[in-house]
Formats: sequence, C-alpha cells, structure tokens
Amino acid sequence: MPSITKPLIPLAPLPKNDLGLTIRDYEGAMSTLCAGCGHDSVTAAIVHAFWELSTPPHMIAKLSGIGCSSKTPTYFVRGAHGFNSAHGRMVPIATGANAANRELTYIGISGDGDSLSIGLGHLMHGIRRNVKMVYVIENNGVYGLTKGQMSASADIGSRPKKGEANLLAPIDPITLGLSLGATFLARSFSGDKEQLIPILKAAVAHNGFAIIDVISPCVTFNDHEGSTKSYKFMREHEVKEVQTDFVPVRAEIRAKIPVDGATEVTMHDGSVVRFRSVPEGYDPHDRLKVETYIRDRHDRGEIVTGLLYVDETARDIHALNETPANGLNKVPFDKLCPGGVELAEMQKAFR
Amino acid sequence: MEPTNDQDPNYFHKVVDCQWACPAHTNVPGYLRLIAQGRFDDAYMLNRESNVFPGILGRTCDRPCEPACRRDRVDGSPVAICRLKRVAADLKGDTSDRLPTIPTEKNGKRVACIGAGPASLTVANDLLPMGYSVTMFEQYDRPGGLMRTNIPEFRLPDKVLDDETTVILDMGVDIRYNSPISSLRALLDEGFDSVFVGVGAPRGKELDIPGRHDGVESHIFIGIDWLESVAFGHVTEIGQRVLIIGVGNTAMDCCRSSRRLGGREIKVMARRPREFFKASPWELDDAEEEGVEIVVNHAPKRFVLENGALVGMEFDVLEWDEGARHSTTVGTVIIPCDDVILAIGQENSFPWIERDLGVEFGEWDMPVVDQVTHQSSLPGLFFGGDAAWGPKNIIWAVAHGHAAAISIHNHCTGTDLRERPPMGMTLISQKMGMSEWSYHNDYNPTTRQKMSHIELTRRFESLELEVELGFSAEQTAREVQRCLNCDVQTAFQAPLCIECDACIDICPVQCLTITSNGSEAALRGRLSAPSLNLDQALFVSDALPQTGRVMVKDENVCVHCGLCAERCPTAAWDMELFDLQIPYAQSANFIRIPVRASSGADSRR
Repeated sequence: MPSITKPLIPLAPLPKNDLGLTIRDYEGAMSTLCAGCGHDSVTAAIVHAFWELSTPPHMIAKLSGIGCSSKTPTYFVRGAHGFNSAHGRMVPIATGANAANRELTYIGISGDGDSLSIGLGHLMHGIRRNVKMVYVIENNGVYGLTKGQMSASADIGSRPKKGEANLLAPIDPITLGLSLGATFLARSFSGDKEQLIPILKAAVAHNGFAIIDVISPCVTFNDHEGSTKSYKFMREHEVKEVQTDFVPVRAEIRAKIPVDGATEVTMHDGSVVRFRSVPEGYDPHDRLKVETYIRDRHDRGEIVTGLLYVDETARDIHALNETPANGLNKVPFDKLCPGGVELAEMQKAFR
Repeated sequence: MEPTNDQDPNYFHKVVDCQWACPAHTNVPGYLRLIAQGRFDDAYMLNRESNVFPGILGRTCDRPCEPACRRDRVDGSPVAICRLKRVAADLKGDTSDRLPTIPTEKNGKRVACIGAGPASLTVANDLLPMGYSVTMFEQYDRPGGLMRTNIPEFRLPDKVLDDETTVILDMGVDIRYNSPISSLRALLDEGFDSVFVGVGAPRGKELDIPGRHDGVESHIFIGIDWLESVAFGHVTEIGQRVLIIGVGNTAMDCCRSSRRLGGREIKVMARRPREFFKASPWELDDAEEEGVEIVVNHAPKRFVLENGALVGMEFDVLEWDEGARHSTTVGTVIIPCDDVILAIGQENSFPWIERDLGVEFGEWDMPVVDQVTHQSSLPGLFFGGDAAWGPKNIIWAVAHGHAAAISIHNHCTGTDLRERPPMGMTLISQKMGMSEWSYHNDYNPTTRQKMSHIELTRRFESLELEVELGFSAEQTAREVQRCLNCDVQTAFQAPLCIECDACIDICPVQCLTITSNGSEAALRGRLSAPSLNLDQALFVSDALPQTGRVMVKDENVCVHCGLCAERCPTAAWDMELFDLQIPYAQSANFIRIPVRASSGADSRR
C-alpha cells in the first residue's frame, strides 16, 4: 500500500464544514496497515467525526502507545498534535498533556495489547482520574504486530489462525470500566460507521474519560472460522439494541426533534446524546443494570454494542484538582512556579 | 436494482467514455499507453485496426472522444487524444510488414466502390485481405475524396494523405482515376457482386438572394467547390476583402485558405450567436488567431452591385431570443467585399442513379439506407460515409466502411445481413504482485498540453505549410499521463467481499457505497458522493455474503486509480484490462468463404 498515495482529485467541490475545511483536510498519511484492517475503518470514522464536529485540527492532540492500533493516529488529521509513547504508556502522557493544556481535544488510540496487557495499570488510573479524553481501544483479540498470538481480550475457546484454542478468560474493557467507575463506556464495530461516528462525537463532548471499545477485526491473523472477533462473527453476533444519536448544540436550537420517551443525556457543552432505542428497563446511568445486561447477553453468545453507560455528572481531573479554567500552560511562569520562598512558606503549613 | 451484468461487453465499453463515443470505437487508452512506452509502431497499428487513417485523423478528426473524456469531468479539459494519435503516426517506423497479407488468388467476388474517400477505402481495407477483388472509381486523378479536396494542405499535408491512402491502394485495389460514374445502371451491368457508394455529399448549398445571378458569379463561390479548386491548384488567389457566409468547419477552411491566397480583411458571417456555431471550437480559435473576424447575428440579404461589379453584401442584423430559436431584425448593414464564399452546408446528389433501378429514395431525395446494414432497397447496393445520411465526418465514414464491409461479405456469402458478429471482450487482471500493477495508476495532476503552431510571421508563406507542429517529446510524455486508464476496469466479485469498508474508506472520489438494495433512484440518493451524472451507469453487485447489502459504484466519478483493489484484502476488487473485441469483416472467426489458394491465404491481421 505505501506505493500509492490517495490522490487529491478536483472532481466536484467537496462540502465544507463550519471552518471551511473539507473532509480531506482531516485525513492523514496513507495507512501502512494490512489491506482490509478494521483499524482503517476506525480511522475513517474518526476523520468523519472530527470533520462533522468542525474541530480545528490544531486543537486536537492524538496519542498512542505501541501496536498496530497505535500506528493509526498517523492516518488521521495530519494537522493535529501527536505523541507516540512507549508501550502501554499513553495514558500517563495524555494525563500530563491534559493537565498542562486542557483546551485541546485529546484522542488516544490503543489496542487490546496496549490497553489490556502491558498498559492495563495505566488505563485503570486514567479511568480513576477521569481525564477528559477519548480513549479508543481497537480491539481485535490478537497481537497482530507480533504475528497473531491471542491477546488478553480473546474469548475462551476462540482459535488463533494456528495452534490451540484460548483457555484464559478475556478482560472486557467495558465491565472493567464499570467496576472502576468509568464515566463513558461504549462498544462498537469497525464495520459499522453509522453507529461508531455518533458515539465518537458523543465521546468528544463527554466531560471525562470516554472509553470506546471498537471490535476491529485483524484481517490477517484473526478473521477466520473459529475467531470471535472476525467480520463474519461480529455480523452474526452483534446486538445493537442500544442505539444513540448525537445532537450537536446548534442543531438543537434549530429544530426540536420529537422525543418518544427516549432517555436523553445532556453533555457538558450543551449537546445531547439521545438514546433512540434501548432494551426495556435499560438505564444507561445504572452501573449495576448495565453490567448485568452485558453479562447476560455475553452468556448468550451476543456482543452488545452502542453507548452503554454514561455519567455526565462526574467531575473530571481538573474539577477534582481545582485547576484554572484555561489550562496550566496559560498561567504565567512566576505564578505557576512562585519560587523557593513561597514553597518554604507553603511547606510550613504541613509541618 | 438487478445486479449489473459485467459479462456484457457493452457495460465496460461504456465505462471507457472515449472508446464508447468514437464511432469506430478506437481503443484510445490502449494506444495512449503504447505511446507512453514509446511503442509508436504498436500504437499506430492498434489505431489503424479501427480507424484506418491514424495520421489523417490525428490532424483532422472531429474528436467525439474528447468531449466524452473522463478527464474533462475531473479537471475540466480532456486528454488531447487527437494530438497524441498524430504523435504515433508521426513517429512510427516502417509498419508495412505488419499489414495483412493479401491472398494472391482471389475468392472470385468482385466489389465496386464508387469514390475513393475514407468510406470506400475502409471497405477495400477490410475486404482485400479476404480475397475480394475491389474496383474503385474516382472522379479525380488522386485518391482521398473530400479529405483531399476539402481539407486544406496546411491542416492535412498531402504526404500524410498519400501515405495512408497508398497503403490501401497497394493492397491491390483496381483504382480507376478520372472515372466519374454517370450511370449506376451501366455499372451494375458490369456484373459486380456488390456495389458500395461512398461518394460523399458533394454539392454545396446555394444561397439564392438578390444579386446572386446578376453577372458577378465569378466573385461568388460555393465553399466546397472553391476548396477543391484550391486543392487542385485551379484557384491561386482571392480578393483582399472576403466574406465567408456560414460558420461550420468548411467556413473555417475557407477563411483560412483565403488568408493564404491574398485575403487581408476576412469576415466570417454567422446568423446565430457563437454558442450555436457548428464549427469545432479549436477551428474557430485557429481562424481567429490568423486574424479572421467572426461576425455574429448577421443574416445575408442581398449582394450589392455597382456598375456591374460586386462591392459588398447587405445583411439583416438580428437579435435572438434565449436558445436562439426566434430572431427579430433590428437593422441592416452593408459590408463591403471583393469576394464571397458560401459555406452554408452540403447536400447529397445522386443524378447518376436511375430512378427505375429499384433504389428507393425518401425524404430530401436521399436513398433509403438501413442504419445497421447500410444496404439500400436494392440488394447488394450499399451506402456509407456522407453518401449514406448526409455530411458527418471522417471517423463516421470509417465506421460506415467497416459495417458495410461486413454486410458486403454477408451478401456475397448468402448470409442474412442482420446476422452480424457480436462485440466481444477480454478482461485480464493487471495485478503483478504486492502493490504492483501493470499500468501507471497514480493520478497525475498535469494540465492539458497546448499545441504549438508555426509562428504567424511564417504561416502564410504558402498553402502547404502545416500550421500545427505536433507535440514535442516532453509534451507527449506529460499528456499521456493525463489519461485515467478507463479501460483498466474495477471488476468486483461479491462472494469474496467481507464488507470491511477498506475500499470505501480509501476511494479518493467516494465512488463506492455499500447499502441495502433499492430502485435506481433510491440507490442514487444513498451514494457516498452525490450522483451528478445520470448518463453514467451504476454498478450494482450481487447481494454481499455477510449482510445481504450490495456494493454500488457510480461509474461517473471513478478515476481508475485501483486503490480499492489495492486495499481489498480478499481480491473481491480487481483491476482488469478490458479489451473490446470489435468484429470486422476479416475477423478470423467470421470468415465463411474458404479462400481457394492454399498458400498466401493468410487473412489474419
């Protein structure tokens, strides 16, 4: 794939967003992932979401660790800031960046290896601190970059391309997040942009750590019979009972869309996440019920997708730490670091 | 929608817009690639297969391919197909050893061609390799027909015309120069198995307004007759002030020829506004570059005579409504002139066809000719070129010649004329390996190259000096890369698709969509990129295996970059070279007469 670049062809004037940018302005370099990789579809969904939200590219920071998934930030929004950290260490970098400059929109792209194996400890602390960022896990159940070993998210009984079936229980980032107090939990499928794009937009609007677990099939090492994270398996076992729309602030002012008793969550920026269809008795605010529902469905061999849990009342890292509204990087240096005399003064209080 | 049948050659043929638009269906992308590779002989021969006169057409073709070109839809100017054709013709080496072998012993069938223009020559080109004997009757002493008499040498040098007509005549045409046919009956009495009429539309239209026949006839010319006289050297000068009436391509040749014969103040008088002109835009540009003035909205009223001499012409000045359907006269004006050339159209004329032979004549006193078989109501009598349905252009005459040759062959073998060999195709994958394709598939943003002309200071030195200089090597190299390789088709196999969206995400023009099936209107409403051109087909796949949705491709916007096939993990998309197999009379699978001779009977092309 690197041999060909996606050409810019002046066929018809492309539509522009509020910033006067076309969707091509939100693309990045050519992907060097395998042809048909689910991650490329996630990339395309991210491109769409940011373009539709009219997020200024220079106000986006994209971060990643190591893995196939962690290559993807290169492939979207070429005008954004980026940081490719050590394996599993994306959350601490993102936390630091967010602490310093809370005005950027942070999006971290990770995989099941980067998040659920080597970086699991950091992930949990990211959840705990409620760092405001979008955290995408491109989950394919396999270590693609090291030629296809089963990962920590592989289901019991799922078979690798070669070798024995997996015997270890998987780590599900959604139930994990529920137990740790995560404030935004969604699952989606790379082959379903119609669902993924609104979830991405809602995640950007969310005031905290927004986890999106995207089943993103590994076309090379985990798309065969016996895999539970293949395109075919997902199409046969995905349950989309929880359906959401993202209603941006402006659209809400323009037209009131009738609500048919559906749950609405107003995000902190005023936009609305509307649950279009949810199973009877489903409450996206009720941690316990959501977990029960997911586990029940899982036991029936179904994979529930959609925006599953959201808590917009929780405070993010800045609210918890009472940091200034416009970011530490805007605080004059002498105020941010008042010097030895002030420090000594402050330390007296702790003696 | 029903799934698209891409096994029908017409489907992919239509995707190759240039080839589809060309009456002779020349394989344009195929020969452009050969030019790009410097294989000029191969490019020329590929051209010759369908259009027979690449050198002539590379200078004079009306280019229906260019407005159709996909590149025009992409960046607003089509590939300079015609000029590139000329490059192949100019730079080719000796191709005589690649021409068909002519059997020394004939099949015993005799065909008469009336006129030695492009239609007749094409008939001869197709039939001679099959063992036919072709006798050609030409009223003048040189071949070429209207290509000789009506296209001035500064556009089409004699050498180019001679070369390409000689190739055919040398296949063994029994050419009879200075032999105008005055009686079809007499010709039929000679016992030909078939007669082909390719006499063109040889009569220029008259303008009967006051003053036309009042003794100044020597200063009023009929355009095509005048051009003929110029071509044969009978006319060598013209007055300083010349008015050309009419604004078709003949008018352009007349005004530019006048400029070379002494005309200084030349005006082309048009009845209608510029957007309704018949002349090709590039011919208008060339004329204006040479200082010819084009005057719109003037309708000729009378010739103005003083003391028995032509001094000018009076015109009604018109105002047109939108669409130029109705006009109102807002005044009159007299424009002084020394000579007038009438170029307001051509007509057919068949005074030599006796009306009791069984040849039916219809509207406008034109023979009734079958659109497919080219046969008149008299079995065995065929018409082609301008003689068939009035003035068109050279490439149409060639297409007619090919079709008529098939009919003549059917006629001579007692086959139903309607039993015509079908179009065929081959599709061959162009994948060479990982990220390797056998065609140059990256989009080149180069703009259309401009043809350079001989400088104006030298241009009028002689009538023979060719104005267009042809593309330089650099221009050729750049221009061929503008071709989008429409013949390298995106072929899709639904059973292989896993609906991973890779092709949809990578497509630079968003021409692909996976959606649930529906009516054409519904599908067009759901495309990733808006459907802007309803003339272009939608490709609709069979139901996809995983979800039952369909893959839809809008052929309008595809640039054949191959990224879909490049990104497809299962090779459901492939880039496949489409080669249209056009049947000709001499196509091997169509020969029904066993050629009698055992040696030298090879009729392969």
